[in-house]
Amino acid sequence: MSIIIHKNTKILVQGFTGKIGSFHAEEMIKYGSNVVGGVTPGKGGMTHLNLPVFNTVKEAVDQTGASTSILFVPPAFAADSAMEAADAGIKTCVAITDGIPSHDMVKIKRYMRRYPKDKKMGLVGPNCAGIISPGKSMLGIMPGHIYKEGKIGIVSRSGTLGYEAAQQLKDLEIGVSTSVGIGGDPINGSSFRDIIEKFENDDETIAVLMIGEIGGPQEVEAGQFAKENMSKPVISYIAGLTAPKGRVMGHAGAIVSAYGESAIEKVELLKECGVTISKNPSVMGETVKKVLVENNLN
Amino acid sequence: MDIHEYQAKKILSDFGVKIPTGGIVYSPENAENKAREIGGSKWVVKAQVHSGARGKAGGIIICNSPLEVADATDKLLGKKLITNQTGPEGKIINRIYIEEATDIKHELYLGLVFDRSSESIMVVGSTEGGMSVEEISKEKPETIIRSKIEVAVGIQQFQAREIAFGLGIESKLISRAANTIIGCYKAFSELDATMVEVNPLVVSHQDEILALDCKMSFDNNAMFRRDEIAELRDKTQENSNEVYASDRGMNYVSLDGNIGNIINGAGLAMASMDMIKLAGGEPANFLDVGGGATPEKIVKAFKLISMDTKVKVILVNIFAGINRCDWVAEGIVQALSKIEIKHPLVIRLAGTNVEKGNEILKKSNINFIEASTLEDAANKAVKALG
Repeated sequence: MSIIIHKNTKILVQGFTGKIGSFHAEEMIKYGSNVVGGVTPGKGGMTHLNLPVFNTVKEAVDQTGASTSILFVPPAFAADSAMEAADAGIKTCVAITDGIPSHDMVKIKRYMRRYPKDKKMGLVGPNCAGIISPGKSMLGIMPGHIYKEGKIGIVSRSGTLGYEAAQQLKDLEIGVSTSVGIGGDPINGSSFRDIIEKFENDDETIAVLMIGEIGGPQEVEAGQFAKENMSKPVISYIAGLTAPKGRVMGHAGAIVSAYGESAIEKVELLKECGVTISKNPSVMGETVKKVLVENNLN
Repeated sequence: MDIHEYQAKKILSDFGVKIPTGGIVYSPENAENKAREIGGSKWVVKAQVHSGARGKAGGIIICNSPLEVADATDKLLGKKLITNQTGPEGKIINRIYIEEATDIKHELYLGLVFDRSSESIMVVGSTEGGMSVEEISKEKPETIIRSKIEVAVGIQQFQAREIAFGLGIESKLISRAANTIIGCYKAFSELDATMVEVNPLVVSHQDEILALDCKMSFDNNAMFRRDEIAELRDKTQENSNEVYASDRGMNYVSLDGNIGNIINGAGLAMASMDMIKLAGGEPANFLDVGGGATPEKIVKAFKLISMDTKVKVILVNIFAGINRCDWVAEGIVQALSKIEIKHPLVIRLAGTNVEKGNEILKKSNINFIEASTLEDAANKAVKALG
C-alpha cells in the first residue's frame, strides 16, 4: 500500500477552472489520478476537462463520492475553501496555495477541531508540492516521472528538495511508496510527525526520508516520535546550515527564532533520537541506500 | 514586515495601551519645538531604525533641555546606526522620535508570538524588562511566564490578570496592567501581526503602566487585506537589493559571501548554500526565483545578482519539473543575451529533459561551467573563485 492516496482515490479540484487549477488537473489526469470533478462557485453545471464542475464541495461529494481534494484557490479565499472541504466530509485536502496568512491557518486548524477524529479532515500544506504515490496517483504539482515506484516514504517541507531526493533515489534504482510535501509555512496542516506515523503503519514502506529545514519544532518532534514509536529507520537532511538567525529564508516558516530551530541544533537533536543524518543534500539517496543495506532491507 | 517604534506605539495606543507623550520629527528645529510642545524637563531622543539594541549603539539620547534635544537630533539624523542586529552596514536614521522621559519604577518584558507547536498565540512575560528575550531565557529563565491563548475565543480577563500577577504588579494596578496585555493581544490578532514586543513595559513612580519601547512585525502574506499596515513599510530600512527582489516577486536575502546563487525553490536554495559552505565557499545571497523559473524570472534574477558587487562567481541551480530543462535553458540563454556577466558562471540543471537543456546551453555562445550534481556544482563554483 501507499499512504493517503491510492490508485482509486477519488479527487476533486477546488479552484478547478482557473489557469493553475486547470493546468495541474490535466497533469494529474495524465498521470492516471482519478480526478472526478471540480468546484468553482458560480460555475456549477459546466463541464471542464470533460469533468463536471460543482458550485459547492458538498454537492460535489454527494454526486461523485470524492474523498479527497486539492486546492488551487488564491490566498485570500483559501482558508474558506479548506473549511468548506472539511465540512463537506472530505478526508484529505491538499492545499497547494502559497501565501495564506498565518492567522487564517490558525483559524482553519481551530475550525477542524469541531469534528470527531473519524470524521476529521487531514489537511496537507499549504504552500506545498502535494502528494504522490508513484504508479498509483498524483495529488500535486510535482513532475510525476521522476518518482520510481517502491518502498521509501518521503516527507519534505520543500518541493524542489523533495524532487531532488526522488531523483537521487531513482538514479540508485530505489523507489518511493508515497512522497508527501507538507509545505514551508510556519503553521501547516500536517506535521512531519503526522506523516511519519502513517509511514510506520504502512505495510509497503520500509524506511522514511524526512527532509526538513530551519525554523519551528516539527523535525525534532518527529524525531522524538520516531525514537519512541517507530520500528522503521528514519533518514533526515536538514537544510539551512548557512542561514542567518532571525531571517526568513524564502519559506515563511524558515526562520530561526528559538533554541533547537537552527540546522545544526536540529541535526544534533535528531541524532540523539536515532535518526540517520544525510550530511549534505547531494547524498540523500546514498544515505538511504546505506541504511537499507545496514538493515538488510534492500 | 517590520515597522518603526513610533508606528507600533501609535497602533498599541489605539488599542488602549498607554504610551509616553511623544512625536516624530525630521529636523533639529522640529525637534526643539516638539520638546517644548511636549513640555516637562527631561526628554528622550530616539533614532527610528528597524532594530533593537539601539540604546547600546548610541541611538537613544537623554536630554535636559529643548536645545539639547535639537543637538541630539542633529547628531543622529542622516547617520547610520550600527547595532548588534543590523550587521556592519548599519541602518540609516531618517526619523527621530522625541518622547517625555519616564520616571521608571519597574521594567518588565511583554511579548506575543505564534506558538508553532500548539498553534495558538503565546503571551510571554518576564520581570526582567530591558534585556532581550534571548538574554532573559539564558540568564533568568525562571522569571519567564507563558500563557497560550485560544484564538477562537481570544484572551480572557483572567488570563491577562494571571500574567499581570505573574509579573509582580501590585494589586491596585492589576486591572490597568491586564488592559495593557489585552490591548496588545487585540492589536496582534486583529492586524495580522506575527510579533508584538513591549520591552520594556514599565511601571512608573506615578503608577502608570507604559509601553516604553515596542516592536511589531506583520505577516507579509496578509498585506492584501491590511492597507493601513502596508503603508507603514519603510524601504530605507531594508537592503536595496532585497527591496528590488521583493518588488519583483522573488525571495532574496543578502549574505556576506561572494558566490551568487540563482535557484528555484526555497529548500533547494538553502541546500545549495549549504553545499557551497561545505565546499569551502560562502554564499553571497539566498535567492528563490520560485517554482516556475520562467525566462522572465531568470532575466530578473541575473539582473539582481549582477547588482551585488560582492559576487565573484554565479551558481545557477534549477530543478525543472513541469517546466522542463530545455525551456529553462532557453530562458538562461535569453537572459544572458540581455545582460553581460563578467564572472565565471556555473550551471547545474536537473530534472525533466536535462540532456536537452544542457545541449541548448552548449550550443549557445554562453561561457559556462557545466555541473551535474549539487555537490559538483558547489565544488566547481568554489574552484572558479580561483
